[in-house]
Amino acid sequence: MSNVFEPEVDTDIAWCPGCGNFSIHQILLKTLSELKIKQQKLVLVSGIGQAAKTPQYINSNYFNGLHGRALPVATAVKSCNPELTVIAISGDGCVYGEGGNHFIHAIRRNPDITCIVHNNMVYGLTKGQASPTSRKGFISSLQISGVYSEPFNPLAVAISLNASFVARAYSADEKQTIEVLKIAIKHRGFSLVDIFQPCVSFNKLNTYKWYKENTYYLDDSHDPGNKVEAFKKAVENEKYPLGIFYTNTDNLPFEKHLPVYKDSNEPMYKRNVDSDKLAELMKNMKKN
Amino acid sequence: MNSIQLNNDMSIVISGEAGQGLQSIEQIMSNLAISSGYNVFTYSEFMSRIRGGNNSTEIRISSKRITSYVDRIDIFIPMCKGAMFRFKGRIAKETIIIGDVSHIDEMYKDAYRIIYIPLLKIMKELGGNTYINSLIIGFISNLLGSTFDSAIKTIEKRFKNFGEEIINNNMEAVKTGFELSCEIIEADKFCIQIEKTEDVKNNLILYGYEAIGLGAIAGGCNFISSYPMSPSTGVFTFLAKNAETFGIIVEQAEDEISAINMGLGAWYAGGRAMVTTSGGGFALMAEALSLAGAIESPMVIHIGQRPGPATGMPTRTEQGDFLTALYSGHGEFPRIIFAPGDKEDGIRLTHQAFNMADKFQTPVIILTDQYFMDSSNNMNDFGITGLKAEKYFEITDDKYARYKFMGNGISPRGIPDHGRGIVRVDSDEHDENGYLTEDFNVRKNMVNKRIKKMESIKQETIPPAQSGSNHYKYAVVCWGSVRNTAEEAIAAIARNDIACFSFTQLYPLYNGTADLLKSAEKLIIIENNATSQFGTFIKQETGIEFDHKILKYNGMPFSVEEITAEINKALLKE
Ligand SMILES: Cc1ncc(C[n+]2csc(CCOP(=O)(O)OP(=O)(O)O)c2C)c(N)n1
Ligand code: SF4
Repeated sequence: MSNVFEPEVDTDIAWCPGCGNFSIHQILLKTLSELKIKQQKLVLVSGIGQAAKTPQYINSNYFNGLHGRALPVATAVKSCNPELTVIAISGDGCVYGEGGNHFIHAIRRNPDITCIVHNNMVYGLTKGQASPTSRKGFISSLQISGVYSEPFNPLAVAISLNASFVARAYSADEKQTIEVLKIAIKHRGFSLVDIFQPCVSFNKLNTYKWYKENTYYLDDSHDPGNKVEAFKKAVENEKYPLGIFYTNTDNLPFEKHLPVYKDSNEPMYKRNVDSDKLAELMKNMKKN
Repeated sequence: MNSIQLNNDMSIVISGEAGQGLQSIEQIMSNLAISSGYNVFTYSEFMSRIRGGNNSTEIRISSKRITSYVDRIDIFIPMCKGAMFRFKGRIAKETIIIGDVSHIDEMYKDAYRIIYIPLLKIMKELGGNTYINSLIIGFISNLLGSTFDSAIKTIEKRFKNFGEEIINNNMEAVKTGFELSCEIIEADKFCIQIEKTEDVKNNLILYGYEAIGLGAIAGGCNFISSYPMSPSTGVFTFLAKNAETFGIIVEQAEDEISAINMGLGAWYAGGRAMVTTSGGGFALMAEALSLAGAIESPMVIHIGQRPGPATGMPTRTEQGDFLTALYSGHGEFPRIIFAPGDKEDGIRLTHQAFNMADKFQTPVIILTDQYFMDSSNNMNDFGITGLKAEKYFEITDDKYARYKFMGNGISPRGIPDHGRGIVRVDSDEHDENGYLTEDFNVRKNMVNKRIKKMESIKQETIPPAQSGSNHYKYAVVCWGSVRNTAEEAIAAIARNDIACFSFTQLYPLYNGTADLLKSAEKLIIIENNATSQFGTFIKQETGIEFDHKILKYNGMPFSVEEITAEINKALLKE
C-alpha cells in the first residue's frame, strides 16, 4: 500500500549511514500512515539540526523554522487552526538547549501538539559538541576533558510540570516506538516523546550497544496516572526506562481555553473583522 | 490678587505621586472637556515606579484642535509635597498655582500667583488622602464650565464597580471640589474664556496605544503574542480587553523570541498576527525578523520606543530605534517601516501594516514612542469602519509550490488545509517547493525574488504630510510623533516661506523626497534622538544633507515652544 507521506521526490538524505534518524523517519512515516491522518491536515514544525531535517523527507506541510523555536510556532499553528495535527520535531540541542525556555512554557500552556525529540545526546549538525543531555564525562572537541554539568532530564522536568503525556522511546525499536507515537499523537494535550537515537558519527559513548544494555521497558505494573511513581522512573539512571511514563488529562489543552473557539470551531483563516462590532466599539469609546 | 483671565488655550499641569490617581483625573477631565465643547490634549509623564516619586499630567484645553505638548503652564496644581521642584523652569510668573499651602514650595509664596485651597484639611474631613483626585476633578470641572451633574455622572461611571462607601466618598469629594471653585469664581479671582464648539462633543478621545490597537482590529488582527514592556504594553492590554468581541487570540509569551515565532506560526496557519514591544524586546526578535524575510511571511511589529541603550529610561520617550528597525535582522530581505505622527495616522497605518504585510509577504514595523503611546487628544472617527482587512492567501492545488518564481517576486501564499496543496516553508535557503537547497543558482534566484518585491513595495510609499507654505525657502523635516508639535510650531511662526514635511513612512523612503527637499534653500531636521538617524538615512538615500539639526534626547518629548525657538534660531543663522 502506498503511503501519501512518502517523500514525493527522490531526495538526497543528509544523514550519515547507520544514523538513528533513519529509523525514526521510517517509524514516523508508518505511524502517520497507520493513523490515517489526512495529508493536508498535518503540519510538521521543526527547528534546526540534523533531526530537524526530518520534515524535508516527508510529504507533508511543514514549517522549518529557527534553531530552538519549533514549539512557539507549533503552538500558534495549532491555536489558529485546531483542526490540524501538529507535530514539533527536532533534536535535543534544539528543544532542550536553545529552546529550553519554550520547552518549559509549552508544557505549561499544554497545546494539543506532539513534541518528538531525537535525543542523541550530542550536537550532530555542528559536529559533535555536548548537548544538554550529554552524560557527564562525555568528551568532545569542545568539552576536551569531558562534560561536568548535570545532564538535563526532560522527562523529570515535564512530569514536574504536570505535562499531559510523557514518554521515552528508542529509535531501534520500531514496533514499540510506533505504538508510543500513535498514542502520543492521538492524546489531547502536550505530548512529549523523547526518542533515544544513536549518532554514529559523533557520539561514541551512547552507541547502539550502550542503548541496548542501558535501557529496559516499563511493564504493566507501571501506572502512568501516578505522578510520584512516574517521577521516580524518570530519575532512574542505572538503566533508563522506556515507554509511557506519565499521562495527565486534568488540564484542558491551550486552544480549548481560547475564547475565540467558544461559539465556533472555525479556524482563524476563515474569519473576518466584524465591522458592526467595530462601529459599536467606536461608539462605546465615545461615550466614555 | 486681581482677576485672572485665560483665553482660548489653557494648559493645566497636575503633579503628584504615583498612586494618587493622576490617570483618572486626566481621563475624566478630558471627557468632561469635550462634553463641554472644548478640544483637549493630554500627556502624562511618569517615573518607572509604582508608588511615590513625582509624576505629572498636562491637560491642554482649547477652542481649536490641539494635539501637542507645550512647556507653558497656565494652571499648576501640586497634589503633594515635592510636586513642584521638577517644574522650576516651567512655572512662570503668569502661572496660577492652586493648592494646599503645605504643598507649595516656599520660593513661590511671595512673588507668584497662588490660590490656596485647604486640600489637606478637606481630605482629613473626608477620611483620607485617597479622594484627592476626585476633589481635583470637581474643582477643575467647574472651572471648565461643566455642570455639577455631568461631573458627578462621570465619577459614578468611573467607580461603578466599587462599594457604596467608596462611591459616596468620591461624590462628596467631587462636590467639595466643585463648591471650592465656585467660591473662587464668585470672588472674581478667575475667569476662563474658551470658545466652545459643538462638533467636538461627538468626538473620540484617543490615546496612542488605543489608536494602534484600533488600527490592528481594523486590519484584521486576530492573534497577538507579546511580552510586557513599557511603553508598548498598552496595545497588548487594549487588544486583550477587546479579544472576545473581535475574536483575537491573546497570549503572553515567555519571552519576545517566543512571541514573534508564535506570530509567524499564526500567519503560516492563516491568522493575522502582531507583536508589540520596545527596543530591548525587539532586539530579541531580530533572528525571527530575518526568518520572516526568509520564509516570506507577513508580520506586524509594533515598537514603542523609549530611551536606550539597554534598559535606558523605561517610562520616557525617544526616537532612537529607527536604525535598529531598519537594519535589524541578518541577511538581505525587504521590509516596511511606518511611524505614525498623530492618532489618525496610528489607526490608518496599523491597519495598512496588516494589508501590506500580507500583500508583500514581508514584515512591517510600526515605530511609535512613549510620547505617542501616553498622549491623547480628541478626534472624529473618520469612518474607521470603512477600512477593510485585505486577505491575500489563496486556495492551493496539488501542484502548489510555496515559492514559485513570479515576475514581481510575490508567489501566491497558501496555507495548510486550504486547498489540496502542501505548504512548505523553510528558514534554510529553499527551492520553489520549499525544500532545503544548496544549489547556487537557486540561491541566487531566490535572493533576487525576495529583493524584487521591493520594487512593488516602493510603488506604494506614502508621501510625507506637508504643512505650511507651498512656496517654501525653508523645509523642516520630522517623523513619527514629532509631527503635531512641529506643525503647531510652524503655524505659530506664521511665515510664508517655510514648510514642514512629516514622514509617516520611513522605509522605503518616499521616492519624491529629493524633489521635495532640493528646492529649499535651507533644510532643518527635528528628531527626538541624539544622532539624527533619519537625517543620516535621507542623506544616504538622496545625497541631501540637512543644514540644521534640532535634536532632543533627555527622555522628554519636544514642546511647541522649544521647536518654535529652535527653528527661529536656525532661520536667524543665515
Ligand atoms: C541561533 C543558532 N545558534 C546556533 C546554530 C547552529 N546549530 C545548528 S544545529 C545546532 C545543534 C544541533 O543539535 P541538535 O539540536 O541536538 O540536533 P542534531 O543535529 O543533533 O540532530 C546548532 C548549535 C543555529 N542554527 N542557530
Ligand atoms: S551526525 Fe549523528 S545524528 Fe547527525 S546524521 Fe550523522 S549520525 Fe545522525
